[in-house]
Amino acid sequence: MEYVVEMRNIRKEFPGVVANDNISLTLKKGEIHALLGENGAGKSTLMSILFGMYQPDSGSIYVRGKEVKISNPNVANELGIGMVHQHFKLVENFTVTQNIILGLEPKKGLHIDIESAAKRIEDLSKKYGLNVDPYAKIENISVGMQQRVEIIKTLYRNADILIFDEPTAVLTPMEIEELMEIMRNLVKEGKSIILITHKLKEIKAVADRCTVIRRGKTIGTVNVDEVSEEKLAEMMVGRHVSFKVEKEESKPGKTILKMENVSVRNKKKVLGLKNFDLEIRGGEIVGIAGVDGNGQTEIVEAITGLTKVEEGHIYLNDEDITHIPISERIKKGVAHIPEDRQKRGLVLDYTIGENMVLETYYKEPFSKRGLLNKKAILEYAEKIIENFDVRSGEGAHSKARGLSGGNQQKAIIGREIELNPDLLIAVQPTRGLDVGSIEYIHKRLVEHRDKGKAVLLISLELDEVLQLSDRIVVVNNGERVGELIAAETNENEVGLMMAGIGKEEKA
Amino acid sequence: MRRVIVSLIAVLFGIIAGAILMAVTGNSPIEGFSYLFQGGLKTIDRIGNTLATATPLIFTGLSVAFAFRTGMFNIGTPGQMLIGGLFATAIGLTVDIAKPLLLLLMIVAGFVGGALWAFIPGLLKAKFNVHEVVSTIMMNWVAYWTVYYVVPGYFKGEYLETESKKLPADSTLRSEFLSDLFNGSYINNGFILAIITTIIIAFIINKTTLGYQLKAVGFNKHAAEYAGMKVNRNIILSLLIAGGLSGLAGVAQYAGNADVMQIGIMPSQGFDGIAVALLGANAPFGVFFAAIFFGMLYAGTGFMSAMTDIPPEIANTIIAIIIYFAATSILIERMINWFIRGKKRKKEKLAGSKEGEQ
Repeated sequence: MEYVVEMRNIRKEFPGVVANDNISLTLKKGEIHALLGENGAGKSTLMSILFGMYQPDSGSIYVRGKEVKISNPNVANELGIGMVHQHFKLVENFTVTQNIILGLEPKKGLHIDIESAAKRIEDLSKKYGLNVDPYAKIENISVGMQQRVEIIKTLYRNADILIFDEPTAVLTPMEIEELMEIMRNLVKEGKSIILITHKLKEIKAVADRCTVIRRGKTIGTVNVDEVSEEKLAEMMVGRHVSFKVEKEESKPGKTILKMENVSVRNKKKVLGLKNFDLEIRGGEIVGIAGVDGNGQTEIVEAITGLTKVEEGHIYLNDEDITHIPISERIKKGVAHIPEDRQKRGLVLDYTIGENMVLETYYKEPFSKRGLLNKKAILEYAEKIIENFDVRSGEGAHSKARGLSGGNQQKAIIGREIELNPDLLIAVQPTRGLDVGSIEYIHKRLVEHRDKGKAVLLISLELDEVLQLSDRIVVVNNGERVGELIAAETNENEVGLMMAGIGKEEKA
Repeated sequence: MRRVIVSLIAVLFGIIAGAILMAVTGNSPIEGFSYLFQGGLKTIDRIGNTLATATPLIFTGLSVAFAFRTGMFNIGTPGQMLIGGLFATAIGLTVDIAKPLLLLLMIVAGFVGGALWAFIPGLLKAKFNVHEVVSTIMMNWVAYWTVYYVVPGYFKGEYLETESKKLPADSTLRSEFLSDLFNGSYINNGFILAIITTIIIAFIINKTTLGYQLKAVGFNKHAAEYAGMKVNRNIILSLLIAGGLSGLAGVAQYAGNADVMQIGIMPSQGFDGIAVALLGANAPFGVFFAAIFFGMLYAGTGFMSAMTDIPPEIANTIIAIIIYFAATSILIERMINWFIRGKKRKKEKLAGSKEGEQ
């Protein structure tokens, strides 16, 4: 059997880590091949090598039976390899067509022949059921649509080997369904796909075969039909993983957070949160369920002080914190695992050590009379790194930028939990993480609750909200739709309320 | 370490390019450079002059570097320098107290003047998000015309309309001790002040919570805000300190290297600070040595053009080329990586062939 792509014994070292340790991978024509591994297992490195962004230290790559040296992404393009990146590489104020032809503009005399390009894009779009408008501006279309533009970009360049780098991380459940349909269409037309992911459900849904890697080593390649999700998880993590969150019944204590009639304007200056009430007691996890952009960000920013409250009051331990500065709120016991870990959560050019004291650098023992105590900072950071299993090349001395997304997230979570806050706000705490890390983080959140502290969980993953929360508050269009006891409800009921139905009945 | 190598390579490229230019204009590069370096280093007094020339550059370099560490581009160094010099001169000409006290007062006034000039762009940035590049450049011209107005109006020189009154020797940073030590060079206490300032700035950036905060704001202001740091206050504070440093450059220049202020001149040391900061990789000690190197080039040019036919503009050209390479340091870094990889490959090959032999 001839393979379209064959990577043999690929090895790649970075300072302090072996990212790929003799990994082999084969891709058959017309299959969807999943590449499964934990965060930092080496998936992205391997694919970057295939796409020509890194050079392997040793090993060989065969494309359609011929040995090739892929020295840069242009070579990869010529070989028919296309990559759909996790973070899109699009020019916001260009149209779809302009973005797609960028770099190989078809010319008619001196000007660019947009029409013929747009025509071709429309044809491609029809053929694969992508439904993309060639003349729409990127800034005006949804994230899911933007991803399709990235897909067309590779197809436009005649790619028949497509690499999808964690494509579902940014999508809503609906969009994920649609993407899977698109992928099925693609292979039907003879394309071959490598799907980088750590979501087992998706692998079961679309993939034919799956190669599992762990800590830079190949664990094995399996036919997806023949294995269970549990087995895949075990291969990936190296131990048995439980999908259920183990927790005792909550014992709510005194009220920690109280929001009364809070209204907040969003970035567009309209009310993104309207007359919102919320109460969280010690010893319970309250989840906010809602479709993205229905007031979740505003709730978080109002409590943490990142945005101004227009109306209403917020109390922490019976103390009005509505208008006090951010640093005061942190001091009084509000900790926040932010949604965007790279924008808010970390200073990427600082080391992990420096990042671990971002909120507490001015306190003893980390500093004294304005002088930093580097030793104390390092020790503290090493402790978090160990407790939260943050993997990096050089421990606390590694630059935050160099860590994989999952390890960055674990570092942030470690930092926030280590503050031992009365109120822990966790926004999408497990986004982009593998099952092993998810299990671990869930456990830590429940532990925090069991210490008698309050946890506010905001997640777009309904599963996560349902499993982790004790109570669920559903939001729609910036308003509170209703409240449910997590143990007594199900996905359907919450889903309906998220769509705004059931408001009257519950109110 | 790597940054040092990059900077040295940039310097080397600049020198090579200068040599080519000298050769093209029909002169011997070896002769040219030997006079250039001799001019800056040959005798003890020439070394003194090099250090004196470097002194204002150290301050403006630190000023640019400090602002840059907080994520801001301070192009207002010439203006801040002028106002710093003006404040110091005003004190020097009007206040009559004991010398050490007077000098201290002048230094403080110079710092305050420069800081004041940077405060306005800082405030505009914090309150209205006005980009500091625009506002600091505009402040340069405000400073320029302020000096143009104030000096002839209030501190007019005895002979020239375009100069301020001479500062009495007691009201300058001149130091007989240093001049004697360097064989009559015009090196002065400004250089000592520059050393102390470099150490203080390095200390602030690397060891204090203030430096930690400022850098955090510079790297990622969203994360700084999230962590409860006061972003706007830090922006203003950083520009205040940067401006103050440029103000000290004014003190060193107008009440140290010179003893008068001329009107109608935007000091070149201001913008040169950007180059110094670039070559010094925005690190205080890097800035210090980069400034001394530039000081040497400037100090040596005169000697070179006196002894050869090489036009004095060559020194500026060399500096420009060095800046170019320092600014595109990523290219040099790639070159180093490529070089290291090549060596490794060679070694592996060698090891491989040896294994084959056995």
